Amino acid sequence: MENIRNFSIIAHIDHGKSTLADRLIQYTGVCNERNFQDQLLDNMDIERERGITIKSNAISLPYRAKDGKDYMLNLIDTPGHVDFSYEVSRSLASCEGVLLLIDAAQGVQAQTLANLYLAMEHNLEVIPVINKIDLPSADIDRVLEEIDSELGLDPDTHLKASAKEGIGIAEILEAIIERIPPPKGSEAYPLAALIFDAKYDAYRGTIIHCRIFEGSVKAGDIIRFMHNNAAYKVEEVGHFLLQRTKRDRLSAGEVGYIIAGVKTVSDVRTGDTITHQDKPCAHPLPGFKEVKPVVFASIYPIASDDYQDLADSLEKYKLNDASFIYEKDSSAALGQGFRCGFLGLLHLDIVQERLEREYDLSIILSVPSVRYRFTLKDGTIIYVDNPAHYPDPISIAKGEEPFIRASMMLPERYLGAVMKLCMDKRGLNSNMNYTGPGRVELSYEMPLAEVIFDFYDRFKSVTQGYGSFDYDMIDYRESNLVLMDILVNSEKVDALSQIVHRDRARARALIACDRLKDEIPRQMYKIAIQGAIGSEIIARSTISAFRKDVTAKCYGGDITRKRKLLEKQKEGKKRMKMIGSVSIPQSAFLAVLKSDND
Amino acid sequence: MTETAKAGLYIHIPFCLKKCGYCSFYSVASNQAIPEFLNAIIREMSFYRNLFYSFDTIYLGGGTPSLLTIGQINAILDAAVKAFHVEPSAEITVEANPGDLSDDYLKALKAAGVNRLNIGIQSFDDRILNFLGRRHTAREARAAFDAVRTAGFSNVGLDLIYGVSGQTVALWRRDLRLAIGLAPEHLSCYSLSLERATPLYRRYQRSGLHLPSEKQALDFFLATSRTLTDSGYLHYEVSNYARLETFRSRHNMKYWRHISYLGLGPAAHSFHLGRRWWNKADLDGYLRNLRDDQTPQEAEETLSPGQLALETLFLSLRTQEGIDLEAFRKRYGYDLLIEKKDAVNRLIASGKLKLDAGHLRPTIAGMAIADSLALI
Repeated sequence: MENIRNFSIIAHIDHGKSTLADRLIQYTGVCNERNFQDQLLDNMDIERERGITIKSNAISLPYRAKDGKDYMLNLIDTPGHVDFSYEVSRSLASCEGVLLLIDAAQGVQAQTLANLYLAMEHNLEVIPVINKIDLPSADIDRVLEEIDSELGLDPDTHLKASAKEGIGIAEILEAIIERIPPPKGSEAYPLAALIFDAKYDAYRGTIIHCRIFEGSVKAGDIIRFMHNNAAYKVEEVGHFLLQRTKRDRLSAGEVGYIIAGVKTVSDVRTGDTITHQDKPCAHPLPGFKEVKPVVFASIYPIASDDYQDLADSLEKYKLNDASFIYEKDSSAALGQGFRCGFLGLLHLDIVQERLEREYDLSIILSVPSVRYRFTLKDGTIIYVDNPAHYPDPISIAKGEEPFIRASMMLPERYLGAVMKLCMDKRGLNSNMNYTGPGRVELSYEMPLAEVIFDFYDRFKSVTQGYGSFDYDMIDYRESNLVLMDILVNSEKVDALSQIVHRDRARARALIACDRLKDEIPRQMYKIAIQGAIGSEIIARSTISAFRKDVTAKCYGGDITRKRKLLEKQKEGKKRMKMIGSVSIPQSAFLAVLKSDND
Repeated sequence: MTETAKAGLYIHIPFCLKKCGYCSFYSVASNQAIPEFLNAIIREMSFYRNLFYSFDTIYLGGGTPSLLTIGQINAILDAAVKAFHVEPSAEITVEANPGDLSDDYLKALKAAGVNRLNIGIQSFDDRILNFLGRRHTAREARAAFDAVRTAGFSNVGLDLIYGVSGQTVALWRRDLRLAIGLAPEHLSCYSLSLERATPLYRRYQRSGLHLPSEKQALDFFLATSRTLTDSGYLHYEVSNYARLETFRSRHNMKYWRHISYLGLGPAAHSFHLGRRWWNKADLDGYLRNLRDDQTPQEAEETLSPGQLALETLFLSLRTQEGIDLEAFRKRYGYDLLIEKKDAVNRLIASGKLKLDAGHLRPTIAGMAIADSLALI
């Protein structure tokens, strides 16, 4: 155990996390140049494009240190978005230390600080690494000053590196050995292993990623998931080298995988504790949380023929994403589809993008909703996350919506803009602390519905990326809720209905009407778009008809050309959704659910 | 609509003295190859002797057919009559440039059996003629028309263009009034369109000139229709007007009615029994093929019933005649009034379509969006 180090790299976005991970992998020689693919850990296209990791990942790096001893360095990568903050906390809980990466030109940034706090919460050893020192704009003295004043860390503990140029990598590896403590724990105790991720493998079922805190586990053992209370027989255990590498056992302190005939990742919960069936540990490891979806939306295929394809794709997607849930749903306007639950809007984006990209589906999403609580006059309490199930307004005694506590860290100069934003979002009970010179910690209680509706994008924009944001659910609070419908040429488009606070209804309806006006192409007749609460019209916009659209000449050669053009248009129309008489493109549905950040 | 209708013969004369800036029809600015071209056209006719039997229209288009001598025109018409049966009452049209029409030439054309002339006047405004790169003046245009009448032509069409950069609706009305003053039997009024690979297209791009906006284009279109119908013309197709039904271009109506036509010459298109084919837009290649006794066809397509139905929709809805609903149902197996009930009713309610004597017809406002009407 003395020879194991478990660590993570944390950084503000674009400070070089993935590049450093790649260099460490290369340097330790776990893979050779030939099969090295840049940024190995971010192995999905979407992750690469967005520059963020959405699933945790781990790799074990065998390393012979200057002291001549062989070590096993386990690098656990973490997701980088608030939707996945629970996953981050479980990954960090599996480590003893972190490399805190700071860009030499940009210095300490919002996520640097937020990540440092997370690491400190888990009592991790923090090694500050100033990266990109080769940049002409690097200002190391200033960064050292910030490490001292803003992070409150001893600047003498820092390392300098350029991951891109391979500078400082050896020193980093040595510091990991010297400064990050080896894991504690004993093989003699009953097994206690923390699940920090799970992936689906078509041949082996679920691959459980875990950190062993106490005891050991080997093939043939009967293990139990303490929170799920399910038992499995272990088929294989091993380490993550470049590929999964089978081992006889995994012991206290180690990071590795367990294969145990678990059919889907949904049978495994991140943060759960694995123990032995016959000799269980006394308590599960701390920090387990039931991850529940907080954002709900329906997905429909654009062409109703694609329904079965969509069903198959969701089933496949679900294999690898336990936090995603779905069930059948149908819409009067959009036909058969699925109601889905997500951890947040980024999660929703990712699911949507993967369905379109990997499964080649054209889909329409309804406007995302949170889960509301209604007390009816007869005393029944119902939860509604789908505007289609909004109760008859006459029967409602009380409506409630989920509230969160938003915690934000930001430079003082953005305070005014952020407070205004929070108040626009119906924020209450603010609280403010100075965490250092010019740095503020701000908290607000806010309706979750306001947060999922573009709060994060606007927060990042008003703080120019220097703010960090996190939230926790607090409770349900009474709220004056109404059902706002969108009508296109007097036909209700149920997928665009939203449950909203009455005070926000008009503004939301106007946004929706304007967005639809911009996105729906002009057609042969005037299109009226209206926002309504019941029969009361609260917003409207009009798309004028086009009135001149005909080719002047149409003789011999023009006919084939014209027909081909019309065939193309007809094909395009098929990819739109007909609502009554109006063809609505997919982009119009997307536009309505996008933020109002202009 | 009916296959039993007599077919039309189109002959493309791909020669011009000078290419006009806006024109995208195939032609070469040289008349050197005319003699060989005549042989080629005549040889090409022989390919179709068995496929086409009888024509009741012949149309010499271009290019500039009036560049041909009377002898050459006679040679073509004689060959056509020899190769096919041409109805005695056939409409025989020649497209002509106003500057080419001397009294003698016109007299000889008449004698050759040409009974309809279509004159490319384009405008009665010299500035616009200059802008379009035409080689005649307004004065020449009017003189040509007088000469045509003097020669005894009683079925004459004029081509006009509107929507040229800088032209107002008022200026265009002036053109129309001058045209009406001449009392031609037929008028084609085309809104200027910029075809890629024309000098005018590049000129518009370079100088930031614009075609009329949708609103302006509609104003031009409606002003044209109103002005001409007020003067007694029948607005029988998007861009075409006739003083009486009998003066509608019998040849061009075949295109819009899916009636068979044979197109000869480079770039010409043919349609027969649900099949369409076209020749190479390349005079040298065309001549070479026919020298070698090969067909100069470039490609062909056989239209599926769905494609034919779509064409029927967009072609018929360009014309005042509209869609013969019963004929459509018989041919394509569905009743538009039932299948497209909602869309049709909405378009009738919004004044774009009307039902009349078993036909679904576009209104004038409907003609202005005829392409989209086809997508109901």
